[in-house]
Amino acid sequence: MVAVAKLTPQKIAATEARLEGATLPEGAGWARAAREAALERLRATGLPARRDEYWRYTKPEPLYELPAPRAAVFDAGGEAPVFGEIDRVKLVFVDGVFDPDASDEPSLAGVEIARLSEVTQADIHWAKDLFGVLEARGQSPVPRPLAALNTALAPDGVVIRVTGKAEKPVSLIYLHRDESSDAMLHHLVRLEPGAELTLLENGPAAARFNKVLEVDVADGARFHHVRAQGRDHERLAATHIFARLGQESTFKSFTLTANGRLTRNETVVEFTGDDAVAHVAGAAVGDGDFHHDDTIFITHGAERCESRQVFKKVLRGGAMGVFQGKILVKPGAQKTDGYQISQALLLDEGSAFRAKPELEIYADDVACSHGSTTGAIDETLLFYLRARGIPLEEARGLLILAFLAEAIEEIEDEALAADITARLEAWIRRHRRAG
Amino acid sequence: MATLDEKIEVREGVDKETVETVRSMAGKYKYGWETDIEMEFAPKGLNEEIVRLISEKNEEPEWLTEWRLNAYRRWVQMEEPDWAMVDYPKIDYQEQYYYAKPKSLTKRPKSLDEVDPKLLETYEKLGIPLREQMILAGVEGAEAAPAEGRRVAVDAVFDSVSVGTTFKVELEKAGVIFCSISEAVREHPELVRKYLGSVVPPTDNFFATLNSAVFSDGSFVYVPPGVRCPMELSTYFRINAENTGQFERTLIIADKGSYVSYLEGCTAPRRDTHQLHAAVVELIALEDAEIKYSTVQNWYPGDEEGKGGIYNFVTKRADCRGARSKVMWTQVETGSAVTWKYPSCILRGEGSVGEFYSIAITNNYQQADTGTKMIHLGRNTRSRIVSKGISAGHAQNTYRGLVSIHPKAANSRNYTQCDSLLIGDKCGAHTVPYIEVSNTSSRVEHEATTSKVDEDQLFYCRQRGMNEEEAVALVVNGFCREVLQALPMEFAMEAQQLVAISLEGSVG
Repeated sequence: MVAVAKLTPQKIAATEARLEGATLPEGAGWARAAREAALERLRATGLPARRDEYWRYTKPEPLYELPAPRAAVFDAGGEAPVFGEIDRVKLVFVDGVFDPDASDEPSLAGVEIARLSEVTQADIHWAKDLFGVLEARGQSPVPRPLAALNTALAPDGVVIRVTGKAEKPVSLIYLHRDESSDAMLHHLVRLEPGAELTLLENGPAAARFNKVLEVDVADGARFHHVRAQGRDHERLAATHIFARLGQESTFKSFTLTANGRLTRNETVVEFTGDDAVAHVAGAAVGDGDFHHDDTIFITHGAERCESRQVFKKVLRGGAMGVFQGKILVKPGAQKTDGYQISQALLLDEGSAFRAKPELEIYADDVACSHGSTTGAIDETLLFYLRARGIPLEEARGLLILAFLAEAIEEIEDEALAADITARLEAWIRRHRRAG
Repeated sequence: MATLDEKIEVREGVDKETVETVRSMAGKYKYGWETDIEMEFAPKGLNEEIVRLISEKNEEPEWLTEWRLNAYRRWVQMEEPDWAMVDYPKIDYQEQYYYAKPKSLTKRPKSLDEVDPKLLETYEKLGIPLREQMILAGVEGAEAAPAEGRRVAVDAVFDSVSVGTTFKVELEKAGVIFCSISEAVREHPELVRKYLGSVVPPTDNFFATLNSAVFSDGSFVYVPPGVRCPMELSTYFRINAENTGQFERTLIIADKGSYVSYLEGCTAPRRDTHQLHAAVVELIALEDAEIKYSTVQNWYPGDEEGKGGIYNFVTKRADCRGARSKVMWTQVETGSAVTWKYPSCILRGEGSVGEFYSIAITNNYQQADTGTKMIHLGRNTRSRIVSKGISAGHAQNTYRGLVSIHPKAANSRNYTQCDSLLIGDKCGAHTVPYIEVSNTSSRVEHEATTSKVDEDQLFYCRQRGMNEEEAVALVVNGFCREVLQALPMEFAMEAQQLVAISLEGSVG
């Protein structure tokens, strides 16, 4: 039913050009098989091209063409890094390479932490049932070739198995030091029944970053994810989250994006057990040649599940925001509650927003809705605040923050929500109009 | 042969029909009979010769023949679109007839008196008495309507040709040109040449290009500056012949400050094979002009097993060229096996307005992929979209729409609401909106919901003695109210019945 982009000779050429000289990372038989299968998936669809319906609003070529475009390293000066005040287990990657010296000892009660490059050497490992598995499931009905490319070639990543309730978050920090780095990481997270984990991610990672996170949330488990994509203005990123949700499980993911020349964040969630909850949210603030694309695909394959997508974008100076969200309710997924909102605030001329909020529903006893709005700051509200003595720029800042609030509210942890709010306030302050 | 159901009488007013249809024609397609009439066909298949033949039959000038041939040559190189959420076996375009005309029309009748009585009877049976009293009056609630009813001028298209147009003289007095497009090509070539293909170019899309090559007839309307068209205009399309595609082309031009309301209806016989209908409708609204275009699409939808039915692949587009012009599309889509249709507005003129109201009902194995495009190019342009999709049986119903606000379309507004209702757990309802906003002074709002018929509402109705189907029909009618209210009165009542009919059998 969905028109899949044709594999054209140009696509084959682009795909082979990307793969030329690339070698699959060393690993045990199962890992090699997973990578080869991914390569096959990639060759079956080819890398994306601008004419693909799924890439209608975002140019895919810069996300994979070789060599990667250079990106200047951003100097944050004395600014405190995000999550700095949060007690967490830190794992640091510099331009996609693990830095053991900068990282904490990976020990946390109820949590096993390893590296992909290590576990893929073992002949027997639980990761076999997850590595590339959710990514492969997520290739239908819409192919995600950049994720298949990642499974095939990503040399490293973090592999986490959670058996209990993690006391503190695991925090992945991605530093960018090399202007021409082209990094790929592939993370696996498995939450056993009833387990709980909060995963934090922050930093620009590289000049170009391709990341896949596969998350298997077993029955009754809870997974929280908060990330802040780095401020390096010239960086490029293509990220994928593939989540499978068991019965009565919870998955909550929030992403803050401030800056970045090109970002495509795809989140693919599949409900396989009844009564589960998935919330995917994002706040993006961008200026100038900022291009930010949130692409979400939620498949309801079980009964009484709840999904929420809340995406807010504040755009100025020619920035472009994209939202492609889809709720697919399979036959029999009765009592589904699906909600989706995408909103853009355009602060000045030249900025633009593209939205494609889709519903595809094959069950009758469901309540699904989506809303999308685009506009400028409400002049009436601005007037109201100014009439009460609040200076113009401060009033604008308040209204921008109020606009973003619904997305930030999706973060359960108050300290994390406060940290994210502080980042947004800083962005608003930095971008105050002169005078 | 006239496999007429004797129980149906030619109706005089719609009200009788309402009762009768709901009571006795439960769930049946009442226009499924065919007229036994001698036809003249062009040979089966499509090639340059057929295109030339159609052009010749219509006594067209050289430029139009060339125009068609260019479209044909282009079409041969095009691929049939596959992005819509509809699924149907590949169409063999060489297995169709592209031209079919009742033999009795070989000599062009000068007035309706000369028209074959069989044809007139056909339209009478469809509830369109062409002969004299064109009064599709008062319908139910006629009390509220003016005593003499409202008059509607009708252009009746039978397979590939126009049978006749009523009230022509009276319209001429007002300066309104209303005739078949083939006649317009002969009588008003300058207007046709100026506007034909100016909204939907011959290269627009696969089906529109096919239409450009083989269109056989359709209606033409020109309303001169400052004229408010004195009556509703209407075209009634009837497919009768087997294996024949209908490719009508409608062109409506509302000159400065004018107003016209146009209604379109269509039906086809019940057959086991699919038939193709690929129409193009072009509307042009100049400064301060207003066009109201209403459709009740009731092509044969196929039977309960999904056998037969019309493939309805239609390109409809309005160009609001003038400042403050306005176009309003209203459609009630209940028929066709497969519908692929997106009536659109190009809002070019400053302050122009586009509106789209749609009810799409699919039952059994019907598939509909329909919606609209609102392209905001001019400043202060406004658009409003209200779409209601109802899906029952094994049907698939998709709303697909685009709202595009260009950088120069400052201070534009769009409001979109699309709601879907599912009846039963074997059907599907989908929403695929595209929203593109490129300036900050505009405001775009989009809302969509999908739900099932509210149990509380059903319970309430049943408590008051309604049976389940009546209750569902009432709730669904409530759900569609906003759209039904936008229809001209002649259609509103019929549309309400259609809502009831199409959902018959979908509950329990």
